[in-house]
Amino acid sequence: MNVVVCVKQIPDPAAPASLNPDTHTLDRSGKLIMDDSDNYGVEMALQLASGEGDEVTLVSMAPGGETSGLRTGLAMGAAKAILISDDALAGSDALGTAKVLAAAIARANPDLVVMATESTDGYTGTLPVQVAELMGLPSVTFAKAISVDGGNVKVERQTEAGYDDVVCPMPAVVTVTAGVVEPRYPSFKGIMAAKSKPVDNLTVADLGIDAAQVGAAGAGQEITDVSEAEARSAGEIVVDEGDGAQRVVAFLEQLKVV
Amino acid sequence: MAIDKVWVLAEEAEGGGGPTPVTLELLTEARSVASTVEAVAWGADAASLAGPLGEYGATTLYDVGDLGGALPGVPVASALAALIEGGNAPDVILFPATYEGRDIAGRLSAKLDKPVLTNVTGLEETDGGLSSQHPAFGGSLIVTARFTGGGPGLFVIRAKSFAAEPSGGAAAAVTAAPVPEVATNTAKVVERHVEERSGPKLDEAPVVVSGGRGLGDAANYAMIEELAKLLHGAAGASRAIVDAGWVPYSHQVGQTGKTVKPNVYMACGISGATQHLVGMKGSKHIIAINKDQEAPIFSVADLGIVGDVHKVLPALIEALKAKG
Repeated sequence: MNVVVCVKQIPDPAAPASLNPDTHTLDRSGKLIMDDSDNYGVEMALQLASGEGDEVTLVSMAPGGETSGLRTGLAMGAAKAILISDDALAGSDALGTAKVLAAAIARANPDLVVMATESTDGYTGTLPVQVAELMGLPSVTFAKAISVDGGNVKVERQTEAGYDDVVCPMPAVVTVTAGVVEPRYPSFKGIMAAKSKPVDNLTVADLGIDAAQVGAAGAGQEITDVSEAEARSAGEIVVDEGDGAQRVVAFLEQLKVV
Repeated sequence: MAIDKVWVLAEEAEGGGGPTPVTLELLTEARSVASTVEAVAWGADAASLAGPLGEYGATTLYDVGDLGGALPGVPVASALAALIEGGNAPDVILFPATYEGRDIAGRLSAKLDKPVLTNVTGLEETDGGLSSQHPAFGGSLIVTARFTGGGPGLFVIRAKSFAAEPSGGAAAAVTAAPVPEVATNTAKVVERHVEERSGPKLDEAPVVVSGGRGLGDAANYAMIEELAKLLHGAAGASRAIVDAGWVPYSHQVGQTGKTVKPNVYMACGISGATQHLVGMKGSKHIIAINKDQEAPIFSVADLGIVGDVHKVLPALIEALKAKG
């Protein structure tokens, strides 16, 4: 079974983020890491594709030939990666990105495509179903458990009320929530092996996509303003001297909650 | 793009009981930007929503009908695309940022080759079109965006972005909007599991008590549940402890979880990562208990207790029990 995992390489969320004041786009000039949300998809894929002849391929779109995040997924155990890197892609919106990823994923001829429910930095949360629609595949979002049974993927899908058992014929796109599995840490051996695993570098032209359809040129949306949100007025911050609970009670009494 | 007609994706509350609160919020907002508001709903008894949807301003209800167990993304988006291709296009479609709302919006976006703006918390009319507002960096910045091409403009909107107010309108006229044959309509629900739930819903509760990594151990989440019960509220969680498997995803408050705006929000052992703040900083009153004085949660707290949750919470539970 071939499983593709889409991996997003993002600025470290622990580092201070900033928007480029001229273009209003997220500054991605620093070092990029694999989005933490993608750990779960990579782990899930490795567990599902653990048989003889099974293979996990990572697909990522990132500027400047960036592979540092991809190497993390390769070190966890993915066999190879496809990286789409092209200056024409700067400023792509979710739909433009979906077009690029759909074309790249198709090259790996997957039985199953696994993605995070949404990225940590952009969190539009629509990209996986856009990819599925463009590829002509069914999709199951918000998976909290996945198994493969013959030609079907069986998913426990999170709902407002609990969860649904969903069955879907493959090939299909499935999005996973964090916590779906416990991601492994790359071993030293894995990290060393990842350095020589193949990464197929592609451009927009390689994928046969018209550059006018993607990047800032193809984006059908623009940011017109960025402003400071109204700040909350400063509250009372006190160090607990054994009276912390009483202070909370007094505050709740004042609000007539108790 | 002048805005004459807006569609709202309407969802039925789990277990019946009419439209969800966010559906009514979107209808109310739709009324303020367009002269014609119409709704789209699915399900075997979608037509029963015509009354309440009309009361909030929808004049027409497009009834997609029973989906035969299929996940809604593909069939509902296909029905919408068929309506639009049939010459009935609205200028704007508003989707709630729910499991199904995002699936349907994403599918429709790719079908129509139109972009979609997500995580919207505000809308305003500019130059005859609509601009949308999006919180960024934990809500410290507000980004304003708009579509550059023609409609329909697809917006996915977070719950509690607008207040719901009835217009007193008559029941919406029901029009069938059947699902066309589509090859991708193959993901089927074979069984539903409803988890036992007691007390108010997380996103509707007047009081929310949330726990985070500072609790130290999954077993200590019981204190959060007990406090929530004592305050007739709901128990929430930070992403960190949901990812760690301490509590189910349905408890998560934040960017990737639920947006809550209760009267009182109590954050216990939560540092206040931007991921969390964006989901709760609209709360009316915020209480934070955390041992790290520098924790960002204190920047939004009305009352901050710099202290150990393992000491403060048991004392608080005792004090509330004593009050009865």
